[in-house]
Amino acid sequence: MAESEPRGEEYEAQHVHSVYEEIASHFSSTRYKPWPIVERFLKELPDGSVGADVGCGNGKYLAVNPKVFIVGSDRSTNLVKIAQQYQPHATIVADNLGLPHPTHTFDFAISIAVIHHLSTPERRMEAVKAVLDLLRPPSSAQGQTGGKALIYVWALEQKESRRGWDEGHEQDVMVPWVRHSKKEKSQKRRKGEDHGAEVAAQTSVPQSESKTFLRYYHLYRRGELERDVGEAGGKVVESGYEKDNWWAIATLQGSD
Amino acid sequence: MKLLTLNFLTCALKPCKASPLSFPLHPRDAELEIVESELNLSFLRNILPRLAWEELRGVVRELGLPDLPEIMPEAEALGKASSGKKTNENAANENTITTTTDEDELSPKPEVQPEAEEPDLEPTQTALDLHRLLLETSLRAGSLVCGNCGHAYKVKEGVANFLLPGHLV
Ligand SMILES: [Zn+2]
Repeated sequence: MAESEPRGEEYEAQHVHSVYEEIASHFSSTRYKPWPIVERFLKELPDGSVGADVGCGNGKYLAVNPKVFIVGSDRSTNLVKIAQQYQPHATIVADNLGLPHPTHTFDFAISIAVIHHLSTPERRMEAVKAVLDLLRPPSSAQGQTGGKALIYVWALEQKESRRGWDEGHEQDVMVPWVRHSKKEKSQKRRKGEDHGAEVAAQTSVPQSESKTFLRYYHLYRRGELERDVGEAGGKVVESGYEKDNWWAIATLQGSD
Repeated sequence: MKLLTLNFLTCALKPCKASPLSFPLHPRDAELEIVESELNLSFLRNILPRLAWEELRGVVRELGLPDLPEIMPEAEALGKASSGKKTNENAANENTITTTTDEDELSPKPEVQPEAEEPDLEPTQTALDLHRLLLETSLRAGSLVCGNCGHAYKVKEGVANFLLPGHLV
């Protein structure tokens, strides 16, 4: 399904970053409801925790808990500008593979629907590692568990979804984003709150008014996220499946 | 970008992170603005112990803002009982000590804070000043410069951009 262009940084610039920059405001208007697992993770944090939201998009998750401090980052300047409104947090433009944070300092980090946009296995593992390296390491001396990261990626196994992908399907796919100039239409019939307003394509809007953007995704199969976390030096403490997505909560591996 | 953010930023280049020179980043040609926000006392008290005080003082000096106190204030010095309604003019220099907690000074503080904070605490002048400086004073434009490699990250319309040249789309 995906073309034969070499994957990597350039590929993502064209097939991920420029698309989000272009669709930022429309994308943002379709994203308002936090996923339950993410919401729970953020709400259970002790007050005053400090963390990062790597790939924060429009800042949807910055609105969940104002008692912690989150530095959100995203490649898209347009999305970061939208995300700036959420107090007391902060947002910056940065790349997942070049994060401008001191290592091993944060109490938590989240990476929600981001790592599946990296187009090679090495870059995905590096992206997971970049998130994990933000965390305070566990300290057996002080009995502390260390910082926790929640990583959330799109699943290959989603035969109940409209797209119907499942085991055995190609994992590297191009997913259309359809933008209509009549915004009201695209607000209707939203299913699953997940990765697109593509559902809007089913409404009857004249062709001339819509534009389709394709984004690259790597669909994770069962166990793949846990494997990436392990290779990146992390330890999975909890993981699961929620609404067409795989998720994992991880810490850094202990030094002992 | 609020100044508090600088406490959690360094150079995006990996080799720089190992160097103490890369933290904090140094503002250059900074244009500041005040973006008002509501003071949240418990947030301020919680965030205080996370601050690299010495480095923050340096940044504040570089920006030409009024000096921060030499020693980081105690979290307890940020709130005072609200019963005595005195004006802040005279209270500013007082060492307001509140004795509302009974925790042992020597034992490490639990990570989980009690349910609700003491409802009748109001911010001291120290708290007001810190809120103003860390959460309201913002970098509108200019650059953030790494003290190790000299790379300057641009800040435009309040947004700092850490994309490295090779990653620019
Ligand atoms: Zn540097």
